[in-house]
Amino acid sequence: MIPSCFEYHKATSIADAIAKLQDNEDAKLLAGGHSLLPMMKLRFSEAPYLVDINGIEGLKGISIDGDTITIGAMTTESELIRSDILQQYCPLLVEAAKLVADPQVRNKGTIGGDVAHGDPGNDHPAVMLALDAQLVIHGPDGERMIPANGFFLGTYWTALEEYEILVAIKVPALTSGTGHGYHKLKRKTGDYAVAGSAVVVEMNGDVVRDIRIGLTNVAPMAIRAEAAEDLIRGKRVDDVLLKAVEKAIVAACDPAVDLRGDEEYKSHMAAIMARRSIIQAIENAKE
Amino acid sequence: MDTVADKQKREDSLNGVGCSRKRKEDARFIQGKGNYTDDIKMPGMLFADMVRSPYAHARIISINTEKALALPGVHAVLTAADLKPLNLHWMPTLAGDVQAVLADEKVHFQYQEVALVVADDRYIAADAIDLVEVEYEELPVLVDPHKAMTAEAPILREDLVGKMEGAHSTRKHDNHIFNWQAGEKDATDRVFDAAEVTVSQDMVYHRVHPCPLETCGCVASMDKINGKLTVYLTSQAPHVVRTVVSMLSGLPESSVRIVSPDIGGGFGNKVGIYPGYVASIVASIVLGVPVKWVEDRMENISTTAFARDYHMRGELAADSNGIIKALRVNVLADHGAFDSCADPSKFPAGFMHICTGSYDIPVAHLNVDGVYTNKAPGGVSYRCSFRVTEAVYVIERTMDVLAQKLGIDKAEIRRRNFVKKEQFPYTTCLGFELDSGDYHTALEKVLDAVDYKGLRREQEEKRANGELMGIGLVTFTEVVGAGPSKSCDILGVGMFDSAEIRVHPTGSVMARMGTITQGQGHQTTYAQIIASELGITSDEIAIEEGDTDTSPYGLGTYGSRSTPVGGAATAVAARKIKAKAKKIAAHLLEVSEDDLEWEVDRFKVKGVPGQEKTMKDIAWAAYNNVPEGMEPGLEAVDYYDPPNFTFPFGAYLCVVDIDKDTGVTDIRRFYALDDCGTRINPMIIDGQIHGGLTEGYAVAMGQEMPYDEEGNLLGNTLMDYFLPTFVETPKWETDYTVTPSPHHPIGAKGVAESPHVGSIPTFTSAMVDAFAHLDVTHMDMPHNAYRVWKQIKALGLLDN
Amino acid sequence: MAKQAVSFTLNGKTVDVLVEPRELLIHTLRENLNQTGAHIGCETSHCGVCTVDIDGESVKSCTLLTVQTAGSDVKSVEGMATADGLHVIQQAFVDEHGLQCGFCTPGMLMRAYRFLQENPDPNDEEIRWGMSGNLCRCTGYQNIINAVRTAAKNLQQA
Ligand SMILES: Cc1cc2nc3c(=O)[nH]c(=O)nc-3n(C[C@H](O)[C@H](O)[C@H](O)COP(=O)(O)OP(=O)(O)OC[C@H]3O[C@@H](n4cnc5c(N)ncnc54)[C@H](O)[C@@H]3O)c2cc1C
Ligand code: FES
Ligand code: FES
Repeated sequence: MIPSCFEYHKATSIADAIAKLQDNEDAKLLAGGHSLLPMMKLRFSEAPYLVDINGIEGLKGISIDGDTITIGAMTTESELIRSDILQQYCPLLVEAAKLVADPQVRNKGTIGGDVAHGDPGNDHPAVMLALDAQLVIHGPDGERMIPANGFFLGTYWTALEEYEILVAIKVPALTSGTGHGYHKLKRKTGDYAVAGSAVVVEMNGDVVRDIRIGLTNVAPMAIRAEAAEDLIRGKRVDDVLLKAVEKAIVAACDPAVDLRGDEEYKSHMAAIMARRSIIQAIENAKE
Repeated sequence: MDTVADKQKREDSLNGVGCSRKRKEDARFIQGKGNYTDDIKMPGMLFADMVRSPYAHARIISINTEKALALPGVHAVLTAADLKPLNLHWMPTLAGDVQAVLADEKVHFQYQEVALVVADDRYIAADAIDLVEVEYEELPVLVDPHKAMTAEAPILREDLVGKMEGAHSTRKHDNHIFNWQAGEKDATDRVFDAAEVTVSQDMVYHRVHPCPLETCGCVASMDKINGKLTVYLTSQAPHVVRTVVSMLSGLPESSVRIVSPDIGGGFGNKVGIYPGYVASIVASIVLGVPVKWVEDRMENISTTAFARDYHMRGELAADSNGIIKALRVNVLADHGAFDSCADPSKFPAGFMHICTGSYDIPVAHLNVDGVYTNKAPGGVSYRCSFRVTEAVYVIERTMDVLAQKLGIDKAEIRRRNFVKKEQFPYTTCLGFELDSGDYHTALEKVLDAVDYKGLRREQEEKRANGELMGIGLVTFTEVVGAGPSKSCDILGVGMFDSAEIRVHPTGSVMARMGTITQGQGHQTTYAQIIASELGITSDEIAIEEGDTDTSPYGLGTYGSRSTPVGGAATAVAARKIKAKAKKIAAHLLEVSEDDLEWEVDRFKVKGVPGQEKTMKDIAWAAYNNVPEGMEPGLEAVDYYDPPNFTFPFGAYLCVVDIDKDTGVTDIRRFYALDDCGTRINPMIIDGQIHGGLTEGYAVAMGQEMPYDEEGNLLGNTLMDYFLPTFVETPKWETDYTVTPSPHHPIGAKGVAESPHVGSIPTFTSAMVDAFAHLDVTHMDMPHNAYRVWKQIKALGLLDN
Repeated sequence: MAKQAVSFTLNGKTVDVLVEPRELLIHTLRENLNQTGAHIGCETSHCGVCTVDIDGESVKSCTLLTVQTAGSDVKSVEGMATADGLHVIQQAFVDEHGLQCGFCTPGMLMRAYRFLQENPDPNDEEIRWGMSGNLCRCTGYQNIINAVRTAAKNLQQA
């Protein structure tokens, strides 16, 4: 398991990285390398030129400004887990990061790579959807910001245009009356999800004022379970409603069949994970 | 000084049998100084990589090596055409079949070896394999063993067409390998026909892979000047490899040196002789430089040594009290494309006939048919003695089914049928002589320890609430220590094992064995045996294994045979030394041998305090003052041919809770009681049991090698192939009883495999038990969440 | 492909190597620098036998390019023992029988070394989680957990 040959450049700035992407056909960005290098070693993916963005200043770190948290794309999973800001204002990201891979992989893998890779099995995309995150992107034409909702277009396919780099992610700080949950079913530690679900709710007393449900690995890309959200919005959640929500989620799923399970199992597991996340989210909205 | 305390102190200072001596081998491993095959580097060494077939069954139309050869740094590309003139394109297997070294005209399984590329380093070799162009014509694929002997089945082995006399029996079909039977068919059938109660259960013991963390590999080095071939390789049986390599290459055995360096786990994966080894040896002979070949994880899982793949039916006939009258077992064995099972020659289904288990069964019949399919060859003993895992599984599962049918508790039905303590040695109706056992004591100890009745009460409450809780129970008997050479041989070489011990003038010891450790701690435990026998502290006893130039011939380490056979050879060789030492002591003390008695580390003149010679005194004298007519020196060799196998046993209990929503199982408790006879090193025994239980857990709960209809192996990396991590692995509770083997020199039986063999049916027993109130009698492994959820759904237990 | 010169610190000493960009750190360590303590088990970042410590973090060296380590501080199992003797964690692995075939051990030790700095007083559940990137086929983990717990205790007393 050895990658084929490529050239390597350690970018010094975002502009340098973009220039190298433009100058070298089929060049790829190298972030944590924990999706890219395994694929190259298996020769599923061949890149003649790698632009390493690990040395670029300013792509790392977590800050809060008002009710917006900004996370640099090169922030690793371990850094998410260790962050006091996230622990206090967006614990959903901490919980999700803890369920990604294993300690060593989390030391290298970045949130930006996890989002930009477009792998439906990755955990952050569904979390981004639930958080209604905004993605800050730099390209040859400058900076743009787009919502995560609509970013994930298919397997290994996102709204990133050629030569663009995801530089930061903006998520809202949790306010009182909001709650969240992430549940992931996996075969073993270090495995991608059989199914996962990230949920953010805004409560108005007992009533769900708003809800966003993101689903992991049950479609060609991370998806929002919008029909299920519609069922809940404005309601009090009880067992009967949850049953209906589960059905709506099963209907929304279109998973690939693999050794983790067939369509039926994965879709049902998405529903179970969503139910657990909804209950958890409502529970911690009360706190 | 001649006090009890002094004697005890001397005894303790030996670090002999029974103490938890710290391991001798650890020092190098914890400092990164282990010497595994891939760590070996030789001047001028090249690196080999294998071109493999993407298809499970196809004809090779052409192979074009031009582009690969043109890549700078590539030295050679070998194909079957290159091996043919040397007659090395096929090689004999241990099971009496032949296997292609490099595919000859046809490929028979996905990832089969097609060409070997040899290059300056592994990077260039990896590039070059992509440049070898092979044109295939796809052929119909046979995946399902049940279809192997049908009229429509494609014929796989064209080399065998018309050869209907197989190595073990007449073949009934071109895809048939052998039929093997044990016991009395007619008598068994008659008992079944007349029985008050009969049960029958079909079960698949699925294909799995031993998957040690180190893959297989070798460094072959032909020294043309001295005419000597040295091969470092990951082998559990280096001496057998030497014999085979000599036979294949035509080099005398004295010109072949096989070295098994440190081995990163074997578990059966490293018994066989693989095409990669043979092709690398040829490459080194052709190129005249050392050649290293190390498989990657995908090659390991896909090609070297699967285990199991037994499709079984277990049937019991009993009376209404659950007393067993007869057993019938039928097996369809999927051996893949070549029969390269590593079994003793006379036993194509290994020791499957231990399937009468721990029970007093009057009559039985076992029938096994082996067939070819388009899958990788193998059929190794994955952390077990030959097919013993399968045998224990079929009897323990069928016992549960019988208990369920009769409404008798699992523990009770076992009690009623156990071979009783006073019946040993007990000859089973399928021909094994069980050496010793005390099954009732073991079972009751476990039931008391876990409060079995309390667990059953809890289960009733849970069931009333609609919750799924299962209790698994297994009381197994294993057969290990192959084996008496009157019945056991590999390629005609009897399955003895050997030890050669030298006592130096100053009383330290060098011992060499025919076995080879892969983590079992031989350097530690063999020394303990010698220490106790000779009264020399184990810290001054060095153990060496694995180099065929220096160690005596042995059949190697697998099937828990090191302690039963190699350990026995060690004890007997030590006793030969002690007998000579006694003569020397008598000479030194000027008394007759009859006047001497042995005490810990010395011979004493009976009744004369102070008149004594320690082993150290005797060792010195052995080199300068021996009785007239005696050869100087103090050493001995023993080739131990065991009079019988040994039969470790145990009682295991497991409690599971199953999440109905997801099918996820929580192993709440696992209690393992083992009886391995005399316990040489309790610390190492516990470690072996933890490891075996964990591998059992992996097999029962997750490992699988599924093939699709085209014969593609799904899941051959560690992403899919289940090796449990720290998080999933249950916490193990261990316990023991001690029933020594009466025929083994120190009463030891072997331990490393019992936990694997015993735990797997225990997990299934627990899983089925969780659904037993819903009339479920069996669930096939692996019991992963996905499959369990399917079961829950099929039973209508889902909430919606 | 043209080779590049890369320097980094390995167990306190500066090393200079000439590598292709695609060369993986595990191969540089093992083949180029003859440090064969770290092993190769899966090559897909699952088993952890290749674990080394880079700039204060545990990393799987099979999934890292050597060129990426330029200027880094790399520690491998070979650097654990000092002139004063074994590291406390190494001794704990011997005392608790935390290894059998030894193949996973260098990676286990390097991970335990870092883990016990991240969490000096872990309970068993935290040990299981913190060590979950390292597989062992032989021990069933139980004695490794004992070893890490013992090492934690001894490190705190030291
Ligand atoms: C054993 C193992 C288990 C894993 N388990 C999980 C899991 O459970 N859940 C999970 O979510 N992930 C899992 N992963 C994936 C891991 O989290 C990856 O690290 C992550 O998917 C990619 O992040 P990276 O920084 O490593 O990106 P890289 O591998 O460097 O890059 C991935 C892709 O994204 C592109 N890219 C990277 N950064 C950017 C950027 N800033 N802008 C634009 N494009 C960019 C790259 O060019 C490349 O095409 C696992 C990986 C391994 C090896
Ligand atoms: S070899 Fe690096 S994680 Fe397995
Ligand atoms: S000790 Fe063998 S893999 Fe861990």
